[in-house]
Amino acid sequence: MTDGHPPEDKTHFHGVWVFLEHRKQGLRDVSAQLIGEGRRLADLRGTTLTGVLPGHGVDDLARHAIGYGLDRVIVVDDPILETYASRPYAQVMAQLIRRHKPEIVLYGASKNGRDLGGRLHAILETGLAADCVKFDVDAEGNLDMIRPSFGGKSLAHILCKKHRPQMASVRRNVFVAPPHDPTRPGEVVREAVTLTPADVDAALLEFEEFTKEGGLQPEQADIVVSGGYGMRDPKNFAMLQDLADLLGGAVAASRKAVDSGWVPKMIQVGQTGMTVRPKLYIAVGISGAVQHLAGMQESDKIVVINLDPKAPLFEIADYGIVGDLFEVVPEMIRQLRALRATGASVPTAVPATAR
Amino acid sequence: MTDGGTAGRPRRIVVCIKQVPRAQELQVDPVTQTLKRVGVPSEINPPDANALEMALQLKDRLGTEIVVLSMGPTSFDESLERAVAMGADRSVLLTDRILGGSDTVPTAYALSETIQKIGGYDLLLCGEETTDASTGHVGPGIAGHLDLPQITYVSEIRIVDGKVRARRTAEDGTEWWGTTMPCLCTVNFGCNRPREPTLTGKIRVKRGGLVTHWSCADVGIDPKKVGLFNSPTIVAKVDTVRLPSRSGQIFSGEPGASVRKLLASLVADRVIAA
Ligand SMILES: Cc1cc2nc3c(=O)[nH]c(=O)nc-3n(C[C@H](O)[C@H](O)[C@H](O)COP(=O)(O)OP(=O)(O)OC[C@H]3O[C@@H](n4cnc5c(N)ncnc54)[C@H](O)[C@@H]3O)c2cc1C
Ligand SMILES: Nc1ncnc2c1ncn2[C@@H]1O[C@H](COP(=O)(O)O)[C@@H](O)[C@H]1O
Repeated sequence: MTDGHPPEDKTHFHGVWVFLEHRKQGLRDVSAQLIGEGRRLADLRGTTLTGVLPGHGVDDLARHAIGYGLDRVIVVDDPILETYASRPYAQVMAQLIRRHKPEIVLYGASKNGRDLGGRLHAILETGLAADCVKFDVDAEGNLDMIRPSFGGKSLAHILCKKHRPQMASVRRNVFVAPPHDPTRPGEVVREAVTLTPADVDAALLEFEEFTKEGGLQPEQADIVVSGGYGMRDPKNFAMLQDLADLLGGAVAASRKAVDSGWVPKMIQVGQTGMTVRPKLYIAVGISGAVQHLAGMQESDKIVVINLDPKAPLFEIADYGIVGDLFEVVPEMIRQLRALRATGASVPTAVPATAR
Repeated sequence: MTDGGTAGRPRRIVVCIKQVPRAQELQVDPVTQTLKRVGVPSEINPPDANALEMALQLKDRLGTEIVVLSMGPTSFDESLERAVAMGADRSVLLTDRILGGSDTVPTAYALSETIQKIGGYDLLLCGEETTDASTGHVGPGIAGHLDLPQITYVSEIRIVDGKVRARRTAEDGTEWWGTTMPCLCTVNFGCNRPREPTLTGKIRVKRGGLVTHWSCADVGIDPKKVGLFNSPTIVAKVDTVRLPSRSGQIFSGEPGASVRKLLASLVADRVIAA
């Protein structure tokens, strides 16, 4: 329940917090990346950086997290907190935030991060900006939370002037994780939070892990060959894999191809999937909805293959082929193989160092 | 999909829908550098249409009452009427000038208050996120206000022994959650195919009386907790993104020639080696 009192004097709030998301005794990479940005903001504000880690048996993880640049970690240890659940985690965060009054709290914009932040900001009645890509501090010391709007066509500067803490979420790979220093000094503080079994109002009954495709993943690849609904059938993705293999790249997909059950969710690019920034992004049979652009428009070079010359993705293409992908892709494979056969060196991604 | 029979079915489902401009049609005005919103056709926020379809399928299987709820200007009637024509029993529009400029905190608060006035709900459904604000914070915010169990990013719901079983899509796998009613779920975009309005549905809309308008006073919403000035966040300014200029060479015609030109360009750009 929310308490309807007016916002508390913001001068009582100090420190930057990062919510530490974990899974199977490992820190999620978005959390390590947030520690880096949190460190920068804490230094700018002349304050400390705290990680918050609700969990069970997570002391080693807490010490590990310090190595990325934290001053301390608050651990709340309870069997109820072993895996993420909305209400208990929100209870813990709400109680800790009321107790310590941090000025800024950062979350990963993951499914669980949004699930938690969305619930929490309503309980605490404070601002939460989703999917930020950049932060600044304005002249009055407010956090300038910068997020894309309308599918990246503009960037909005969000301020939360009267309410504290100022809260924001950030997607994976927006920031780079700082180098890990295992010798970094820092404090692990255990705190008690009142939790009762009644706080557990939903139970995780089953979990089926997505199959990890072997080989090169789109996020690591220099070249990404991505297929959309125009691929028509899952078996046609084999052709994209051939092309990707020839180029030393990885295969990805639009959400519509994923939702059609053709390819695993793990390789979805876009607003609700991953962000990729390869040297070359080849979009095959993808129309170019704003939610797709959100995950690939920062690629160095974009190639679009589509039957429809009016497909919006052509607007941001470096090169495009208007044509039937079932003719164009096999032709690309043929010509690349021919190049290879004629003795020209193997067409492949130019190593980053040579660029 | 199997439910455990109609015993313990949800008696009333409230589906929260927002009307949004069609994302594909939003363009930045080259002169003013702002988004052109006038004249852009609207639609039900796509994931909300999936949430409504999920409710309609539960109604088909188990029988229940569906109330569609939206907060916004009276132009949102268009979407509420469409929802009724698709098969919702009735709809409520919370509409009041003092709500203008509300961010997700007052929106979640005002929707929660309205849901309580509607009352008698067992299941609340929202979309995973809107295409215009794209935060996904309003659904969990409502659950927080009403202190209800929440399950987000749901693609399937079964009712077993009066309890909810929901399939949730996480980053790394599929989860099945179990919880009691009343509860709130947010529904994944694309998890089903929203039906078209039916002729009988359209006739029900024509007869009128199925879209109710409430003001903040009707619901008992505290005016000091809503609107632009009571929203914690403000948009201080908006920069237009200048995406890197792209060469934009489009080849058409015979595929063999197009591919030759493409590969030659990529080699010349040193993106691929030759
Ligand atoms: C909340 C929300 C979140 C979303 N998140 C994402 C996301 O993360 N990622 C994402 O991708 N989408 C996302 N979407 C969906 C997005 O709006 C689009 O629906 C989706 O990107 C469309 O996928 P597509 O381009 O593959 O399919 P379509 O739009 O159907 O396009 C298929 C294209 O293939 C072309 N084509 C067909 N046949 C051929 C052929 N033989 N040869 C060549 N071209 C052909 C067609 O001309 C067409 O342009 C989201 C939507 C919502 C509402
Ligand atoms: N003005 C509104 N009226 C009704 N429902 C809304 C409104 N705004 C948001 N919602 C619901 O909350 C979900 C998430 O919205 P958002 O947090 O804006 O991304 C939407 O999919 C809707 O179900």
